[in-house]
Amino acid sequence: MGNILEVINLNKRFNSFALSDINITLPKGYIMGFIGANGAGKTTTIKLIMNMIRRDSGKINIFGKDNIKYEIPIKNKIGYVHEQPIFYDDLTVGWTGNFAGKFYSDWDDERFNELLEKFCIKKSQIVKQLSKGTKMKTALALALSHKPELLILDEPTSGLDPVIRDELLDILMEFIQNEEHGVFFSSHITSDIEKIADYITLINEGRIIFSEEKDKILNSWKLVKGDVRKIEEYKDDLMGIKISRTGFSGIVEDIESFKSRHDVSSLVIDKTTLDDILIHLTKKEN
Amino acid sequence: MFIPISNNDPRPLYEQIFEGIKNKILTGELAPGDALPSIRQLAQDLKTSVITTKRAYFELEQQKLIVTRPGKGSFVADYDADKIASMQRAEIEQQMRKTITEAKKNGVLKKELEEMFRKILEEEY
Repeated sequence: MGNILEVINLNKRFNSFALSDINITLPKGYIMGFIGANGAGKTTTIKLIMNMIRRDSGKINIFGKDNIKYEIPIKNKIGYVHEQPIFYDDLTVGWTGNFAGKFYSDWDDERFNELLEKFCIKKSQIVKQLSKGTKMKTALALALSHKPELLILDEPTSGLDPVIRDELLDILMEFIQNEEHGVFFSSHITSDIEKIADYITLINEGRIIFSEEKDKILNSWKLVKGDVRKIEEYKDDLMGIKISRTGFSGIVEDIESFKSRHDVSSLVIDKTTLDDILIHLTKKEN
Repeated sequence: MFIPISNNDPRPLYEQIFEGIKNKILTGELAPGDALPSIRQLAQDLKTSVITTKRAYFELEQQKLIVTRPGKGSFVADYDADKIASMQRAEIEQQMRKTITEAKKNGVLKKELEEMFRKILEEEY
């Protein structure tokens, strides 16, 4: 089993922001959710993967090959959807498909028609008259019609209603029925990722906080809450402590060893959600 | 194949899937030789991750309730009836243990508990 995407010690510096030592590994056959607050570096990372901006140092392998050296054959096998898909607004969906198809050697018109039908989009519709959700689905249909093996989606669900988001999850699950495929998918709507992602990568201020199997995190990490007056006793063993006037909360990585070291009878121990993790691990302490 | 999974269940998702399928095998809803959906298909149906369903199948294999044949898929194993029966009993015992622990916690006396048990047994059995 090989890796479909590998990012190794990737660095990129701008005037006021830097991506530092980004490492990501996605094996074939799986979905990775890429989460982080706005401005954390998700889109910059994706642009580097897509070689839309130049990296300062590091390496990116897609399908086991360097993403710059083999850019054309690699992109031929990538379906890429941007948060705000760019189309020619005054032209039809059908025209857009014909146009996009010219860039891919494996473009499959029949597949495109099938997908449009499935998403209830007509070829004769003018792009600018499409709703935001339909535009995203059109972009997905385009991305899926040239037999891609890797889907890279940058915030595909932001601004979409729950019904369309759910449809998208279904499309992604359908896509990885083939074990050779993979999905790399950024979002700040963590509930989507929480359902279907196999791996989670959390980025904050240009650095990777963790890149792990989702089940490992959700099954073993716990959210601990307690009375603020007792925080001294626990604070050394909590990650990302948040303090309010009355209470504190924090994340515990290994609840069993935490329990063996502390009296937990006055604490609330909850399942964590990715939202809890995002909130606790990406914000500064108050 | 319907498998009840719930967000409110404190058990991890893979465990809920594992228990759900195990239950179907123990109750006979799934018979030896029956094909199970592929790991990826089940993940899509349940809208869970592939790794989650993979783990559930792995646990089922460990308990020898299913077998996976490369390239063919997963099937309910040819288990022996005695083994299933003893597993069912173990499950019931565990539930009883839970009830007794709960009763203890609430200060119910052993004698009261015995009476309760007898009364319910008369009503239900």
